[in-house]
Amino acid sequence: MAATETSSSSNPSLFYRLFFDKELRSVTIQVITMALIFAFFFFIVNNAITNLEAIGKGYSFSFLWDASNYDINQTLIEYNSRSPHWRAAVVGLINTLLVAVAGIILSTIVGFLLGVLRLSSNWLINRVVYVYIEYVRNVPVLLHILLVHGIVVNTLPIPKNAMMAFDGTLFLTNRGFYTPKPLFEPAMWAVLIAFVIGVGFTIWFKGYAKKVQDATGKIYPVLWISLGAILLFPIIVFFLAGVPLTLEYPELKGFNFKGGLVLRPEFVALWLALSLYTAAFIAEIVRAGIQAISHGQTEAAFALGIKPSRTMSLVIIPQALRVIIPPLSSQYLNITKNSSLAIAIGYMDIVATIGGISLNQTGREMECMTIVLAIYLAFSLMISAFMNWYNKRMKLVER
Amino acid sequence: MSTERSHAVGEHPELPPPSTEVGIIGWVRHNLLSSTTNIVITVLTIYFLYVIIPPMLNWIIFDAVFSADSRDDCRAIAKAAGHEMGACWAFIGKRFEIFVYGFYPVEERWRINLSFILMLAALVPVLFDHVPNRKQGLWFSLAAPFIIGWLLLGGMGLEPVPTDKFGGFMLTLVIGVTGIVGSLPIGIALALGRQSHMPALRMVCVAFIEFIRGVPLITLLFVASTMLNYFLPPGTTFDLLLRVLIMVTLFSAAYIAEVIRGGLQALPKGQIEAADSMGLKYWQSMRLIILPQALKISIPGIVNTFIGLYKDTTLVIIIGLFDPLCMGRASLADTKWQGLSTEIYVFVAIFFFVSCFSMARYSLYLEKKLYTGH
Repeated sequence: MAATETSSSSNPSLFYRLFFDKELRSVTIQVITMALIFAFFFFIVNNAITNLEAIGKGYSFSFLWDASNYDINQTLIEYNSRSPHWRAAVVGLINTLLVAVAGIILSTIVGFLLGVLRLSSNWLINRVVYVYIEYVRNVPVLLHILLVHGIVVNTLPIPKNAMMAFDGTLFLTNRGFYTPKPLFEPAMWAVLIAFVIGVGFTIWFKGYAKKVQDATGKIYPVLWISLGAILLFPIIVFFLAGVPLTLEYPELKGFNFKGGLVLRPEFVALWLALSLYTAAFIAEIVRAGIQAISHGQTEAAFALGIKPSRTMSLVIIPQALRVIIPPLSSQYLNITKNSSLAIAIGYMDIVATIGGISLNQTGREMECMTIVLAIYLAFSLMISAFMNWYNKRMKLVER
Repeated sequence: MSTERSHAVGEHPELPPPSTEVGIIGWVRHNLLSSTTNIVITVLTIYFLYVIIPPMLNWIIFDAVFSADSRDDCRAIAKAAGHEMGACWAFIGKRFEIFVYGFYPVEERWRINLSFILMLAALVPVLFDHVPNRKQGLWFSLAAPFIIGWLLLGGMGLEPVPTDKFGGFMLTLVIGVTGIVGSLPIGIALALGRQSHMPALRMVCVAFIEFIRGVPLITLLFVASTMLNYFLPPGTTFDLLLRVLIMVTLFSAAYIAEVIRGGLQALPKGQIEAADSMGLKYWQSMRLIILPQALKISIPGIVNTFIGLYKDTTLVIIIGLFDPLCMGRASLADTKWQGLSTEIYVFVAIFFFVSCFSMARYSLYLEKKLYTGH
């Protein structure tokens, strides 16, 4: 008590304490920071309002309902040049998601394969994968995209001399890759429902098998039963329903193929380049994850008499995944963000549609960029939310 | 035979290992053919290399044309030599200066060369310990950015050069080096802010970092090029290169901040408590105890971020700055050289590979140098 009194009486000025007292100083710093931030935002918003008024533009999203007046070369939903701008944005968003999801799948497969090969005791494959990874990681992704696009467009033949693969089911041309298009009949719904039932049954059965194993030690062959429920059951329904599926084959008409499913060269180039680029990073993540598990874990599991396959699935993989998944999910986010480079080769993603052509046509920079930034932020927040959920779940497992 | 016994009575003399276990044969057996799977993998890999490597080498070296005056010339030379046309490197040779200097005025190019030498000289004392007069050298390194800025931009006795003449590899270096130099201090500040006990400060840093990391760089560059002018007082204009520099720096600062936060979180709490109990003030304990250790842990991440930033400089092509790719494409507009885009991509890729790979190697060297065992 006395000490405080002497210190406060020696420095009575509040002003002095605001800057030199440890407790009060932090309040001062925070107040000043917030004031500066608010002043900054006030400054730029004010400037924006003045500038927009000066050229007679408001800040409104009503242009989204005007006709877009441009075509998009790859549309998964109905769209034409009379459709409104918001629909162009949705088409772009779907294209972004399409290339992101396809890229995530391919890069995960290739990345895990490369990561395992990188750890192989075979010196040759080990070195080859090392060289590949170093080459890919040290060259900009934009260059990869342009290079793959160049290869697809310049070296593949024109539709007339299309390269055929898989007995006429896949045609490789510089206008795109053509495959038969599955046409679904109404009875396909039954197959879909069978699939959903199979997935639901598997989830229930997994929980049930675990309960039985905890109580009695009896182990069910969960993998085979789930495979049967998820794959076999819908396939049986598929045939019972009388094969409700026809294939539409692509046919060469004039200078190009008509019908069938087409993968445009821009999509193929972007997809391959992004996947192969990200796969190199995923390979390093997988390698680090597997190396992080000490060899003693495997030996301990063997000492307990656990089979090698169950050692892998119950001991090694769960622990390795805890190391692998956080950086892996940030790689998935990177694929999604890097897909914005689509604009360099003319793939119409969200940046190229609403942030590119719509922006240039309407001159609504603010609104268009707001939409684009908001969409990417939403992706990123979703992935972060998943990460937090996953980390929490993993923490419960940890002691 | 009166040879000395090299072994005790009753023991067999040591035999040399079987020839199948040592030397080249042993190595091949152990590393390439140790099991059936391994044999299959080896054979498949050799076949794969056989398919890929010869055509690649042919294109890059054996069938390539190194001096010619146009693409048709390249083709004619290849035909005269009796092989397919490989890469037409003559094109890169003829346009080399454009690739390096961009549209910088020809008579002023010595300034870029001098800046490059100054940059290398300034890097030496920063990167390596054992250089004579390191302390004076570091002062020079601190002053070098300003000298280089003056040399490149001109003014004060030199012919001023507008930034829209910047291009080629020189532009890559300007953006990359500025981003690297600028983003480290900002990143450290952001990381410390995010770890701070003051909620307001923490919130601001978190919001900034998460926003930047949540959006692609290309959208930020679009913001810089299309709408930044709206946020400035009416009538101000703002150099495009400067806008890009600011955006790239802030972008990579957010990533650096997260890397350093990882380093800070990896430090045991006892370190800061020990520093507190020694009576060190906040900045003293940060400067002397916390940051040296945290930065050491984060070196691989920091260098990776730098490499990412350096690679991302290629994106400026999309908002109309003249990076090497753009210079290459501009040269293709010349009818003499049309259709040689692959050569450009490969050339630029080699440039990036060399610079990024050396950065990665330096980071390994640094890790080894700073490794203390705990």
